[in-house]
Amino acid sequence: MPTEAGLHRTPLYEHHVELGARMVPFAGWEMPVQYEGVIPEHLAVRRDAGAFDVSHMGEIDVEGPRARELLDSLLSNDLGRIDTGQAQYTLLTNERGGIVDDLIVYQLDPCRFFLIVNASNADADFDWIRERELRGSDVRDVSDEYGLIAVQGPRSLERLGLEEAPAFTFAEGEIDGIACMVNRTGYTGEKGVELMVMADEAGELWERVLARGVKPCGLGARDTLRLEVCYPLHGNDITPDTDAISAGLGWVCALDGRDFTGADELRRIKEQGPEQRLAAFVMEEKAIPRQGMPIAEGGEVTSGTHSPMLDRGIGMGYVPAELVQPGEEITIDVRGKPRTAKIVPKPIYKREEH
Amino acid sequence: MAASESYPEELRYHSEHDWARIEGDEATLGITWYAQDSLGELVHYEPPDVGATVDKDTAYGEAESVKAVSDLVAPLSGEVLAVNQKVVDEPETVNEDPYGEGWLIRVRLTNPSEVDDLLDAAAYKRLLEELA
Repeated sequence: MPTEAGLHRTPLYEHHVELGARMVPFAGWEMPVQYEGVIPEHLAVRRDAGAFDVSHMGEIDVEGPRARELLDSLLSNDLGRIDTGQAQYTLLTNERGGIVDDLIVYQLDPCRFFLIVNASNADADFDWIRERELRGSDVRDVSDEYGLIAVQGPRSLERLGLEEAPAFTFAEGEIDGIACMVNRTGYTGEKGVELMVMADEAGELWERVLARGVKPCGLGARDTLRLEVCYPLHGNDITPDTDAISAGLGWVCALDGRDFTGADELRRIKEQGPEQRLAAFVMEEKAIPRQGMPIAEGGEVTSGTHSPMLDRGIGMGYVPAELVQPGEEITIDVRGKPRTAKIVPKPIYKREEH
Repeated sequence: MAASESYPEELRYHSEHDWARIEGDEATLGITWYAQDSLGELVHYEPPDVGATVDKDTAYGEAESVKAVSDLVAPLSGEVLAVNQKVVDEPETVNEDPYGEGWLIRVRLTNPSEVDDLLDAAAYKRLLEELA
């Protein structure tokens, strides 16, 4: 239900307010940016377990004998690589090879697929797919029917009483008697699940998850966590005007003998080599890079923040391709002051293996 | 550990959420509890140089949290005598103790009569009520 300001609220809105969350507008939704604070929430996910309300994300159900054919013509990755019960990270691309959205597709059966898409693009994605619908494929926006709760962190499975399972798989399950789809996916670089639940049971599931000692976390920590592991954010790092090859997402573009939207253009870019690449960097000086700051060598910062794990400024940005070598120095214009950063391999933060 | 909300009586306040502790012709400056709470945990403090001049109502430095950057507005004009290095090294000190250990700079006032323009604690609290 939209509020007076035209913002949507998730089924967990009242729960966030009760927990004292700071609510902010995000992608047309009124969402918790933090409860206790970005840093303690970030650390909880790296060290134990944290829960995020991601019910604002869109869900699109694509069903029918030609559902697979429709998606094959629109998505960059090869659905032939997954089976029922498996999920895949993929891109919805435009004619120029630009990225309409990045999403995860779940194969429910060979004739039915579920797409979980970014909140800010949910309407555009739905329209994009709907306009290209085939006879024999039914496309429905089912976003309002579900709540989505991400539970992430090294102790997330233990806290929820779930068994280990391979990443990018999913199965029906339950937490304390509440039925949900247990998806082995996430946006933090940690072990974890995303629980898809009927909207009217989302509040109950949220309470049960927190009662198991999982810390509520807001969008602030979600952003710092994903940037430390270099997961791109659509709208910042990838857009309809940036292509998958330059963004370093060639690995989700199955280009051999496939004919999805923009495939020819992507093959051309791949062959010629992109002019700019999305690079990850760490500040060498005390300064926090922010989206939109110019990079002296060319390009600009697309995402920047303070890394709680490195205790330094980190970011990503498009820089001339020849500069994208670990150790290369770049200079970022931090509100008029030149500040040095060093290009690093992705991910910026890697958990220590013991 | 974040401090609990307070606005000490002995300080003077600027409407941009800065405080000044006046001691003769010198003053210690910082940001109020409200300012640090709005920003969240500070992770970076960009101070002015010692010896620099700060002008009333204009920015003399920056404070950043994970999510946001905020100009530090000088409540009074003066010359910078000292910068709090503890806050440069551990910016979260401001969240823990905004009126004590979390002070930002110390200045020699160039126009002490500007103090008359500042708010007392009661007037600043009324301002915050209007913002709420």
